[in-house]
Amino acid sequence: MQDVVKLTTPLKDEDVEKLRIGTRVLLSGIIYSARDAAHKRLVELIEADEELPFDLKGQVIYYMGPSPPPPGRPIGAAGPTTAYRMDPYAPLLIANGLKGMIGKGTRSDEVKEAIKKYKAVYFAAIGGAGALMSQSILSAEVVAYPELGPEAIRRLEVKDMPLVVANDIYGGDLYIDGVKQYARV
Amino acid sequence: MREIDVSLVTNAVEELCIKANTELGDDVIAALERAIELEVSPTGKDILKRLLENARIAREQKIPICQDTGYAVVFVEIGQDLHVVGGSLRDAITEGVRQGYEKGYLRKSICHCFSRKNTGDNTPAVIHFDVVPGDKLKIIVAPKGGGSENMSRVTMLTPAVGIEGVKKFVVERVRESGPNPCPPTIIGVGIGGTFEQAAILAKKSLLRPVGEPSIDPEIAKIEQELLEEINKLGIGPQGLGGYVTSLTVHVNMMPCHIASLPVAVNIQCHAARHKEVEL
Repeated sequence: MQDVVKLTTPLKDEDVEKLRIGTRVLLSGIIYSARDAAHKRLVELIEADEELPFDLKGQVIYYMGPSPPPPGRPIGAAGPTTAYRMDPYAPLLIANGLKGMIGKGTRSDEVKEAIKKYKAVYFAAIGGAGALMSQSILSAEVVAYPELGPEAIRRLEVKDMPLVVANDIYGGDLYIDGVKQYARV
Repeated sequence: MREIDVSLVTNAVEELCIKANTELGDDVIAALERAIELEVSPTGKDILKRLLENARIAREQKIPICQDTGYAVVFVEIGQDLHVVGGSLRDAITEGVRQGYEKGYLRKSICHCFSRKNTGDNTPAVIHFDVVPGDKLKIIVAPKGGGSENMSRVTMLTPAVGIEGVKKFVVERVRESGPNPCPPTIIGVGIGGTFEQAAILAKKSLLRPVGEPSIDPEIAKIEQELLEEINKLGIGPQGLGGYVTSLTVHVNMMPCHIASLPVAVNIQCHAARHKEVEL
């Protein structure tokens, strides 16, 4: 296993160029949470050439809908949701400056192509580790679509969020390579 | 005849919803600890350790194990000599789910099928009633997350494919599911009955303590063989490669129609949440 790389958002080309699949990353800075419904709206705004609720440039989107914050905590459990549901929307967001995505599970060929073409990165977070993931979130604020409840877009301040690079700009896919390495059939 | 007031049911369900979502069972903890020993992938080992850490944080800080606190699935066993008074039992259970998800800061994940409008309180619940001998009321709350449920399937096989055909269907289902149900998973298999009974058999098998083999030696052998085949797929923790794709396989079987061979695979993530109480 490679050493751990510390990254701070917004991400630049130089940041993603040094990432290879399997690299463990500790991510800090501002990121945004968005799931299916929010993605649909973001894409509609881009297609209508309207302003987005946040600047996509260099940004990282976390595919996550948290449980409500208990008293005294910024957020409830906050683990990743399955990424393939965002695949129809992700390439357009990447083409408009999105640099990173955090989720769980495989991506489509279109997303992988966009990652290569525009120099982006897809990080895998640990699905089912919502309590653990919440520990790296320092603050959370709904910035758009509060009516979507858990699916609203949240601005998250994160510190050393534990991630693994699953798709890199060199076409690597940890979900394919990793399984190939350990299959015994 | 013994009587029980529905308000007791509401309180019990409320508490079970919260406990199930924040306290991972000792059986799963033990299975994860065994899995760390079996896993050869460094990334896989690291993920398994983090899942244990996650369970500890959830229990200590009383936050959900996973943000997907699930559809509230409730199994109810009513003693035939028990009289439930003070209102509708179904309404009492629904109210317990409503209060549990609100007071426990659990995520509300239930919506209209097409408009996707959230019902706002995680109701309705899916409730399975069973009438049993005695005068007790047993309630099991088993919240089920969407990611692993989406990977589940029911099929009606041709009887000629036999046990090998059933095993092939189960292993292929796990292979095709890949990383989506958040491996390491627990695989619930229902064989026999009818279309809907196979699914219920599979779901009920998930309530068995993780790693406890079937009491039927024929079934226990199938469970072991399935687990070995599944763990050769290489999917591993989170689908990032490794030996531990599933922690265990549980099979429930009952006779089927002479024309049929129903099989259901209900996939469960490591957060195999279920808590029960007897009133």
